[in-house]
Amino acid sequence: MSTPAPLFTYLLRLGDDNLVLGQQLGALLSRMPELEADIAVANVCLDHLGQARNFLTYAAEVEGAGRDEDQLAMLRDERGFRNAVLMEQPNGDFARTMARQLFVDAYQVPLYEGLSRSTDDRLAGIAEKAAKEARYHLRHSGTWVVRLGDGTAESHCRMQAAIDALWPFTGDLFAADEVEASLVAEGVAVDPASIRPAFDATVGDVLAQAGLRLPEDPYQRIGGRQGLHTELLGHLLPEMQSLYRANPGVEW
Amino acid sequence: MEQSTFTTATTDGPTPAERFDQLIAAGEKIEPRDWMPEAYRRTMIRQIAQHAHSEVIGQQPEGNWITRAPSLRRKAILVAKVQDEAGHGLYLYSACETLGISRDELNELLHQGRQKYSSIFNYPTLSWADVGAIGWLVDGAAIANQVALTRTSYGPYARAMVRICKEESFHQRQGFEIMMTLARGSEAQRDMAQDALNRWWWPSLAMLGPPDEQSTHTEQSMQWGIKVETNDEIRQKFVDQTVPQAQFLGLTLPDPALAWNEERGHWDFGEIDWDAFWEVVRGNGPCNRERLAHKVKAWEDGAWVREAALAHAAKQDGRGLAATA
Repeated sequence: MSTPAPLFTYLLRLGDDNLVLGQQLGALLSRMPELEADIAVANVCLDHLGQARNFLTYAAEVEGAGRDEDQLAMLRDERGFRNAVLMEQPNGDFARTMARQLFVDAYQVPLYEGLSRSTDDRLAGIAEKAAKEARYHLRHSGTWVVRLGDGTAESHCRMQAAIDALWPFTGDLFAADEVEASLVAEGVAVDPASIRPAFDATVGDVLAQAGLRLPEDPYQRIGGRQGLHTELLGHLLPEMQSLYRANPGVEW
Repeated sequence: MEQSTFTTATTDGPTPAERFDQLIAAGEKIEPRDWMPEAYRRTMIRQIAQHAHSEVIGQQPEGNWITRAPSLRRKAILVAKVQDEAGHGLYLYSACETLGISRDELNELLHQGRQKYSSIFNYPTLSWADVGAIGWLVDGAAIANQVALTRTSYGPYARAMVRICKEESFHQRQGFEIMMTLARGSEAQRDMAQDALNRWWWPSLAMLGPPDEQSTHTEQSMQWGIKVETNDEIRQKFVDQTVPQAQFLGLTLPDPALAWNEERGHWDFGEIDWDAFWEVVRGNGPCNRERLAHKVKAWEDGAWVREAALAHAAKQDGRGLAATA
């Protein structure tokens, strides 16, 4: 049996990744290069929001303190959020949005595939559905990164700049601590180190097809899993939480 | 008549123009390959394009609340709704393209202000209740119009309307449910709902188009079966269905002249401020400039992406040819 505390924290990490990314993607509707891209980004956004809701609802139940998904989403401050710092990086241009998405998708596919075999049935069920969505997302983001890397001189430059800008935030996806350690031992969680090779292979394959390369600078910015975020999250959360917090205790 | 220059009598059947008239008279659909008067084609293009543009611009006022939706469930529903609007736009542009105009051309006409979108999207969404009011009133008015259009004479448009009406009905129920939750909520929520209703009611009535005696397109459009009900008829239907809904919500419609007319069997309502409506149509509404600027910016920001996609596709074709050579 896992103690509730690590599982709660682990579910927050999973939920917050998707909530923060979903929040960012939601701001892109009506701003994409084509109508088809508006529809696609809405699809991906909805999947992440759905995953966030599943993980956070489960987290609230595990916690057993009477909170629900909305209280977890709307009433925690930035220090309480457990998402990887990659998720809070800004949408930027279309190349940045797609680079961020490629890194997320290359991580979430093996993560969810691993979690679908979790000894925790509830988590396994959520992950099994999420894995299907993540595979679809990866096809979408991977195709775009190849298209932009290969397309024109401008798109190549923008895509390379996006890879360079976002790569330093990918290490945070794999920064495990004692929360994962105890859950991995029980077969509940996936050891982030175990999915790193799959992530590297996917990213390497896409970048090779796109004619792009990873930056040589090894610098990585980590800390999100412990609530040590970049300054960006402190701007994203107040917008998301403003209406909820202005009207405490009501139904929506 | 312009069609006379294109049609010649044949010995074994009606001329294309006669066949067009027969189809219209029989209530049959006109299909893309059928001959049609140039004015009919132009009218259809104008109407379908305006409808498509409205769906696309319509993403903006509601999209304005996605990042601030007050619960994750409401956020997801709103994203899905805005996505539906983009989907409707796509579907309608496809219908319009069957008339021999490209989506890029239509886009350009919108950006240049040479084609319109619905005046209703030039009002700002100032509170969360506006998302409810748009679903309930604006989608409600749109449905009243579009249900009639499922019987329009141009086949691709009529079929698009059938599908779109189903989704719009879902949107309207969602909007009404938001309003109901607010109306039964805290005092601040009720105030928010009433304020939204006050601001959206008259624009929702006006969006159904000018009164019949001022509508420049109505007569010919009715003859051709493009319009099957007049603006005023649709507006009356919308008022009749909405008044009891407002009563159910316990909200007050901002019209002191509103009264049940036993003799007519309809609700009487006050005079719409048509000067204000035409000001918005002429481009001087609260958000006309922002809406169009937002649309143009998204398009221009995306130019390099579209160019890259084309360049990549061309390279792929080249590589494919090289591989098979």
